[in-house]
Amino acid sequence: MSKILFKKQLSKDVFLMRLHAPLIAEERAAGQFIILQINDDYGERIPLTIADADNKEGSITIIFQVVGKSTLQLSEKNVGDEIPALVGPLGRPTHIEKFGTVVCVGGGIGVAPLHPIAEALKHAGNNVITIIGARNKELIILEDEMKNIADEFIVCTDDGSYGRKSLVTEPLKEICERSPKPDMVIAIGPPIMMKFCSETTRPYGVFTQVSLNTIMVDGTGMCGGCRVNVGKDVKFVCVDGPEFDGHKVDFDNMMARLNSYKELERESHSCYLEQEIKNKEALQ
Amino acid sequence: MSHMTPEQLSENAKQLIVDYLSKIDELKTKDRMKIPAQEMPAQDPEIRSHNLDEVALGYTMEQARIEAMRCLQCVKKNCVDDCPVKIDIPRFIDHIAHGKIDEAVGVIKEASLLPAICGRVCPQETQCQSNCTVGKALKDVDKSIAIGRLERFVADWERATGKIAIPDIKPETGKKVAVVGSGPAGLVVAADCRREGHHVTIFEAFHKLGGVLRYGIPEFRLPNDIIDKEIETLTAMGVEFKTNFVVGRTRKLTDLIDKDGYNAVFVGTGAGLPMFMGIEGENLVGVFAANEYLTRANLMRAFEKGKADTPIYPSKKVAVLGGGNVAMDAARMAKRLGAEKVYVVYRRTEVEMPARREEVLHAKEEGIEFLFLQNAKRVIGNEKGRVKEMECVRYELGEPDASGRRRPVLIPNSEFTLEVDTVIVAIGNGSNPLISQTTPQMNVNKWGNIIVDETQKTSVDRIFAGGDIVLGAATVILAMGEGRRAAASINKMLAEEIEKQKL
Ligand SMILES: Cc1cc2nc3c(=O)[nH]c(=O)nc-3n(C[C@H](O)[C@H](O)[C@H](O)COP(=O)(O)OP(=O)(O)OC[C@H]3O[C@@H](n4cnc5c(N)ncnc54)[C@H](O)[C@@H]3O)c2cc1C
Ligand SMILES: Cc1cc2nc3c(=O)[nH]c(=O)nc-3n(C[C@H](O)[C@H](O)[C@H](O)COP(=O)(O)OP(=O)(O)OC[C@H]3O[C@@H](n4cnc5c(N)ncnc54)[C@H](O)[C@@H]3O)c2cc1C
Ligand code: SF4
Ligand code: FES
Repeated sequence: MSKILFKKQLSKDVFLMRLHAPLIAEERAAGQFIILQINDDYGERIPLTIADADNKEGSITIIFQVVGKSTLQLSEKNVGDEIPALVGPLGRPTHIEKFGTVVCVGGGIGVAPLHPIAEALKHAGNNVITIIGARNKELIILEDEMKNIADEFIVCTDDGSYGRKSLVTEPLKEICERSPKPDMVIAIGPPIMMKFCSETTRPYGVFTQVSLNTIMVDGTGMCGGCRVNVGKDVKFVCVDGPEFDGHKVDFDNMMARLNSYKELERESHSCYLEQEIKNKEALQ
Repeated sequence: MSHMTPEQLSENAKQLIVDYLSKIDELKTKDRMKIPAQEMPAQDPEIRSHNLDEVALGYTMEQARIEAMRCLQCVKKNCVDDCPVKIDIPRFIDHIAHGKIDEAVGVIKEASLLPAICGRVCPQETQCQSNCTVGKALKDVDKSIAIGRLERFVADWERATGKIAIPDIKPETGKKVAVVGSGPAGLVVAADCRREGHHVTIFEAFHKLGGVLRYGIPEFRLPNDIIDKEIETLTAMGVEFKTNFVVGRTRKLTDLIDKDGYNAVFVGTGAGLPMFMGIEGENLVGVFAANEYLTRANLMRAFEKGKADTPIYPSKKVAVLGGGNVAMDAARMAKRLGAEKVYVVYRRTEVEMPARREEVLHAKEEGIEFLFLQNAKRVIGNEKGRVKEMECVRYELGEPDASGRRRPVLIPNSEFTLEVDTVIVAIGNGSNPLISQTTPQMNVNKWGNIIVDETQKTSVDRIFAGGDIVLGAATVILAMGEGRRAAASINKMLAEEIEKQKL
């Protein structure tokens, strides 16, 4: 059981919540995540990154985007409501040290998990360049927070409604062409964005770390549902990750696996719509 | 097995028992040998392959008493020798024959804490029933006394009559015991340590208790209310439960002692690391570890479509790789979830299959097809990265290997393809490394199993371990046995400390 202490809507579909979880707040480190359930009999287990933690309040912060049923239900909860099941911190913490110049690239909701990592890197004495991007202005989150940490800050939107009109890979490429090259890139966002960031940096030989959001069930290495191909190995994202070398990740397989249940979900969704229409017709 | 309806079986038993009861104490060995072995009543295969209700329905009182009268009350008790926890089998069976079921309960509980579970899932044909004198004499292990069914009968009777007694708890000692994992090993440690008056907390990673009993073994073999009842008893005894707590992550193992003041810790975290074949195409969409498939269906309730939020893959043609209990459960679950064709692909032959015999028979009755002496070579996907076929190869039996089983030998150029949309890998579980990775001072062997001494103590002070995390994937009864031994060691250690404090 975990009480919602604070809730704020960041953009149309993105919410921030602080949850009471003193043990997790104490143990967690940047890069780790939790799994929660809205209902502990029939609810799905949804993994969400720990965006921040407050040891004094005994709370953790999550930032999530509404993409399906469970995240929608979560967004409908309010301050004072209880989350029946919350487990964590899971996954390996990000390895933080002084690398030199690090480019932190965040796409969409990926800015949320990126923020604590960028912050920790800054603390460790790195020169932090931040690129954040989204489809449009509406969807940009945590701009001020990211700007405050960054030594250099770039924001772009696909449609040009805010900042530079480009994908995040454009400025990333320009930075890789600088001399000296950056020492490392961290890219977090939708799989397709992480794939193209990795492709962008590959020719320059800049190490690129990505954070994978595969489908998960237990989050403890028991089910194998989160497995990905990394180079020649099969890795479990929940225990071996979530961070991996983007140049080695088989993104195409990962994306196919993420869509395992998509048809099913769409099907059940359209069944539901059909039923609604029938009901309405019956009424008329 | 021809399917006799439960009503027929019950009726037959009712007629027979009148005669036997009149001469119960005069039955000679040869009379007993003539008593017909009692078949287990079961749901009709056609019906049960569409529901999650328990397949085996349990003996009636008359059936149980007749079956019990078949026991010869041997002087040399082969059955007891082969029971991992040494239940006094002839004694409890004799009580059943005489209709004194509560006394039978007492006898079993001297040695085993979870009879309703063990009666259902123990591999009796390789344990107590393997050398039963009656089975030997009739040259058919299936004709041995049905000890497991009788054990289950006794436990179910106790549950049904609401007579489950809460064990006496000694006065509080003020000592605290942490149990990590709520599988059978952990549940037994909790009960045994709590009885001595220690405060016991069970830490469980999942949101529900029971370990593999809950997330792995399906309800059609082990209904959830049986696990719930055991948990209820522990709760009534004052055991504390902390779910959603991953030891090693939420708290380091040693912090339970150093920061949280526990005086002893038991690690019973099981063998939760699925093994894969390492073949091409194993990460295609539609390939699952049995653990994932079963967890979705059981723990996450995906079987209850429409109610559960967790989806399960819509399979029509399924290949399950492996020949153990896990493979049987996955295959039968896939059938129940609507698959039209389910194959079990196994490299050896039926006799070598490690699964419980009853489950294999039930699976066959339910229409599962067994492909023996065959194995997967690669999984082939369509343009969307989804499984469309599996390439297999054939084997023949060669020379016996070290274990005495004839080794399967690959037949060259025997490749063929099987049209499937789902592949479920059920070839075993390794030990989950989460605890050992976060507790570097703990000694593990090269397979990652925790190394313990004969008292179940690990290389770390005050930390004990048992069950699958020590044995590798094993059985419920062995996990229980290890739990009992660990609890005895913990109780001894704590008693000595209490003595010292008094001085
Ligand atoms: C380690 C990790 C950290 C994550 N951190 C965050 C975070 O900080 N904020 C956030 O908003 N999301 C995060 N995610 C993704 C989040 O878990 C999913 O968005 C969520 O589970 C979807 O649940 P749903 O029921 O609302 O949607 P569903 O109805 O289950 O799915 C809706 C759509 O989302 C896709 N989807 C399903 N599960 C996932 C998944 N695990 N990841 C990505 N897409 C998925 C499906 O293909 C489907 O098309 C993280 C995922 C992982 C594995
Ligand atoms: C599908 C299937 C069918 C089987 N059928 C049979 C059968 O018919 N007969 C038989 O005898 N045996 C069977 N077995 C084997 C049997 O279930 C196991 O041997 C037995 O459950 C082992 O018990 P355990 O207590 O050691 O661990 P488990 O039952 O595995 O329980 C371990 C528990 O610890 C929890 N845990 C793990 N790590 C942590 C952590 N870090 N912190 C907190 N909690 C943690 C897990 O979530 C789990 O709940 C089957 C196994 C499976 C998977
Ligand atoms: S070996 Fe068989 S017949 Fe003999 S006591 Fe045991 S159960 Fe009874
Ligand atoms: S989520 Fe089950 S193994 Fe990673």
